[in-house]
Amino acid sequence: MPQVPLADYLILATVLFVIGLVGFLVRRNPITMLMAIELMWNAGNLVFAAFARNFGDMTGQVFVFIVITVAAAEAAISLAIVVMVFRHREDVDVDDISVMRG
Amino acid sequence: MVVLFWVCAIVLVGTAIAVVGSRQPVHSVVGLIVNFSALAVLFLTLSAEFLAMMQIIIYAGAILVLFLFVIALLTVGNQPIETGEGRLAHQTVPAIAAGVAALGLIAFGVRTAWSQSAASPPADLGTVPAFGTALLTTHVFAFEATAFVLLVAIIGVVLMAGRKEIRF
Repeated sequence: MPQVPLADYLILATVLFVIGLVGFLVRRNPITMLMAIELMWNAGNLVFAAFARNFGDMTGQVFVFIVITVAAAEAAISLAIVVMVFRHREDVDVDDISVMRG
Repeated sequence: MVVLFWVCAIVLVGTAIAVVGSRQPVHSVVGLIVNFSALAVLFLTLSAEFLAMMQIIIYAGAILVLFLFVIALLTVGNQPIETGEGRLAHQTVPAIAAGVAALGLIAFGVRTAWSQSAASPPADLGTVPAFGTALLTTHVFAFEATAFVLLVAIIGVVLMAGRKEIRF
């Protein structure tokens, strides 16, 4: 069974990361920005998994597992921040949020 | 394998653009579900079975349900965001330019540095026994630290979302 070369996985991950990066910079809806961040996490995960197969080592896959866990924690905390801001302000355009004080 | 990779690559890029470009956040979530599923298939082609299952369960299962709940909580009966001009509207062109520049640089670097693939991996790479052995013996400290990170996240979310009075 022919294998896909490593460089193809890396370039695909690069494309996904750049799409997430541009989306994060361009959009103003914080929920969509968080989804762009998730795209960037996933691009990094793809690189880790590709190198894990390339080197035949499990460490990369374990790292992907830990990154998934941290991404879950990040999504929970940032969505809580969005909910908290929205409860007070009635809109969630990130251009209008310039103060972060408890 | 090669055909599967390219089908998944096209689906991944298309849904990623849909996630970033759609105006309704719910459409973004639907695109993200397809994106994560295609990424799980890519993990299977990388002989990472356990990671493919975790991708489906944690990402497409838990995190996206969290996004859906927040969207349902926030956008009921409200005007859509991003109708008018934002104060940072002029950052669109520099953002796209920076993205294209980063894409070109990284792709060039990858082509020159990693054009050779290594030999075929060992047969048990990525199976559940191999993954569990690596996670709970070699990397057990990172595993426990992850548990602590989740604990901190739980406490932080309860502290932030549970408060009644917040002043800005």
